[in-house]
Amino acid sequence: MKHWLKSGAPWVWLNGGAVAVCMVMVVGLIGLIAIRGFGHFWPADVVQMTVVERDGTSVAILGEEVRSEVVPAALVRGAGYNVPEAQELVTRYLVKQGNRDINARDFNWYLDVGMSEWQKPENAMVIERREWGNFYGFPVALLENGEVIATAQDNTFWDQVQQRVARSVALHNEIRHIEKVDIGRINHKLERIRLDRRGLELDGADSARMAEADAEFSALRAELDEQYRVVKAERDELYRQLKRDTLKAQVVDGQAVSIALQNIVRLTRPNAMGVFAKMGQYVERFWEFLSDEPREANTEGGIFPAIFGTVTMVIVMSIIVTPFGVLAAIYLREYAKQGPVLRVIRISVYNLAGVPSIVYGVFGLGFFVYFLGGSLDELFYRESLPAPTFGTPGLFWASLTLALLTLPVVIVSTEEGLSRIPTTIRQGSLALGATKAETLWKVVVPLATPAMMTGLILAIARAAGEVAPLMLVGVVKLAPSLPLDGNYPYLHLDQKIMHLGFHIYDVGFQSPNVEAARPLVYATALTLVMLIIVLNLAAIRIRNSLREKYRSASD
Amino acid sequence: MLEPSDLVEPNEASVPGADAQSMERELHEPGASTPSYKQTFDQAEPSAMENETIKLEVEDLKLYYGNDQALKNISLQIPEKKVTAFIGPSGCGKSTLLRCFNRMNDLVDSCRIEGKILLDGENIYDASVDVAELRRQVGMVFQKPNPFPKSIYENVAYGLRLQGVKSKRTLDTVVENSLRGAALWDEVKDRLHDNAFGLSGGQQQRLVIARAIAIEPEVILLDEPASALDPISTLKIEELIYELKDKYTIVIVTHNMQQAARVSDYTAFMYMGDLVEVGDTDTLFTNPTQKQTEDYITGRYG
Repeated sequence: MKHWLKSGAPWVWLNGGAVAVCMVMVVGLIGLIAIRGFGHFWPADVVQMTVVERDGTSVAILGEEVRSEVVPAALVRGAGYNVPEAQELVTRYLVKQGNRDINARDFNWYLDVGMSEWQKPENAMVIERREWGNFYGFPVALLENGEVIATAQDNTFWDQVQQRVARSVALHNEIRHIEKVDIGRINHKLERIRLDRRGLELDGADSARMAEADAEFSALRAELDEQYRVVKAERDELYRQLKRDTLKAQVVDGQAVSIALQNIVRLTRPNAMGVFAKMGQYVERFWEFLSDEPREANTEGGIFPAIFGTVTMVIVMSIIVTPFGVLAAIYLREYAKQGPVLRVIRISVYNLAGVPSIVYGVFGLGFFVYFLGGSLDELFYRESLPAPTFGTPGLFWASLTLALLTLPVVIVSTEEGLSRIPTTIRQGSLALGATKAETLWKVVVPLATPAMMTGLILAIARAAGEVAPLMLVGVVKLAPSLPLDGNYPYLHLDQKIMHLGFHIYDVGFQSPNVEAARPLVYATALTLVMLIIVLNLAAIRIRNSLREKYRSASD
Repeated sequence: MLEPSDLVEPNEASVPGADAQSMERELHEPGASTPSYKQTFDQAEPSAMENETIKLEVEDLKLYYGNDQALKNISLQIPEKKVTAFIGPSGCGKSTLLRCFNRMNDLVDSCRIEGKILLDGENIYDASVDVAELRRQVGMVFQKPNPFPKSIYENVAYGLRLQGVKSKRTLDTVVENSLRGAALWDEVKDRLHDNAFGLSGGQQQRLVIARAIAIEPEVILLDEPASALDPISTLKIEELIYELKDKYTIVIVTHNMQQAARVSDYTAFMYMGDLVEVGDTDTLFTNPTQKQTEDYITGRYG
């Protein structure tokens, strides 16, 4: 035993154990998020069964099993269910029934006491709708302008339905494009005209100048109005076409419903699909999640604006923090006189990294948004006052706050990189008649770039996952448009953005529909983790290629 | 002023390329070969400092690191287009003195200098001297090869680019001539744009020399240029030094007395910050006037 202790083996085991625990935690975390997140997009089978309600009546239900749990029978009896005395444990199933417009609640728990066999009817369909969530039921007939053109018994019924759904989705996208891009552009121009006119007023233009400008503005406005009329007519025509088809269906208890095709995002029959068809569905739904906009208070649809907002914010932050951090580090390391003052400054900078992030949020709101932004508005955006432009939380302020938050990281790693450059290399340059600045910019800084990249990687990882300060300085639950579009100046730094981290919080804790939101929390968390991994991998690749380039210099 | 050809070679064995094997043997057993020195150098005729043009002149130089005096009242003359070697035990101040010639000691905060160093009669420690300009005139090669993390071509062109030379043709010519001058051209001409770190240590050191001569300095300072290299590379560097003295004034610091004997025309022996003895190499090695010098070169201490 003593010998074993002396051999050092216990240390190896202890160290190995620590690594193993870390691995288990990392794999467990990623695994949990991945399973819950990825599982959400698999088209589950639709089951039909009869269950016994609290009052003893039997009801037929149709829906997807979400999960099951075992509870003590006493608990269920207490809730008013009739469970046999002998039974001590009861299994209950959470079933997603959808049809929020008919049943009011789309998720319900059902006991297995008195539950019939589960059936999987072939023609049960799931319809993802733009409003009211999913519909579960059976088809009856397809109507065009109120005339029946196919019934559920027809062989070609499903083909016709899918064709028409595809048509209405295409029309819907076209309308949305017109509204977002064409009408958005016209509105943007009209707004500019209004602001230009207001600007003239504020500049104190005299009445003659004003009248002249007004004539010009009204001509422009008339032209835009005319454009709007054309676009609107086009859009109205599309809307009219969109209204053409309706699907008649019935829910499981026989109640008839008619669903306008313009309301349908996707129509599937999971029970009739093979594994490959389901895989196709899976990919389609996953892609929709990544590329689409959210619907129904963020509980359905995609998270594209949040991904886009996160990436844009991180990029803007990197653009701000890199030069600042690098310049500060170069000054601290190369020019400043080493002494007590510098030591105090350095300690302060390092300690900034330990300040709680919400404090940065408060600072950002108070200083950047209200003070700086308010002053900017006074100086440059007077014409749109009292509506604030930069005097309100937005992308730029969020990025700037995060840049401040991550500045110490960049400074510390850049300083470290600079201190690792061998003095012989500096002396070599100086001995060739280079000045200190020339040596710094041509030799030392290029050699320190891998260290700067390391700093930036850490900064990105921290910034992309930050939530608390962002809630104060520019991130919102639902942003009406992306910060990047086709209207000048293209990148709108004053706009509010959506952010994956905040989206997780919002969907998970602020959502009206907890059950529907739960898988989205995991899926969004998974996306956030993957996004950070992708950003980091990109930065690490750049760093490694730089390292390769300057390989033996730091030996 | 004397042409190099007027001078008698110090000894046959030190002529570069004469006998690589014997040189290697000597390098491997530095302490053991001292007696043979006297023999070889006995035949050499002394050449006198009076006949030389003086390139650098040190007048009563004192150097302090904080309160420690590293150089004590040094006075010395360095002749033009000759090789002058500084020898002495570690810590005797020879590298410090060498670094005074291009003011590299300015980089050390605690360093303080009294006295004068005259380059062509001008004091380089005068307040009006542009240090960068001085360093263009007085180039330096360090102990450890220190190429920049750039291509071979860019390493050599670095000094010219600093001076604002942009013409591709000029750069190409200078790079080729410098690499030829440093006897490296044939080895690297096909990979000028590869990273300089791909070269061997000896090649890197020659690259650094090429980099130094590319800006056409008047003086080249070599701070133990071969101490980190293998015997073959050392031999090449020594050959190179021999060739370079046609055009440049060379000052070399070395720990290796055989090397000093082989490559230099004049040798200065330093001990504990003092300049003990200076004279032409043959005399200093064969017939030193100071006891300390004799003790050192015969291996009794150091």
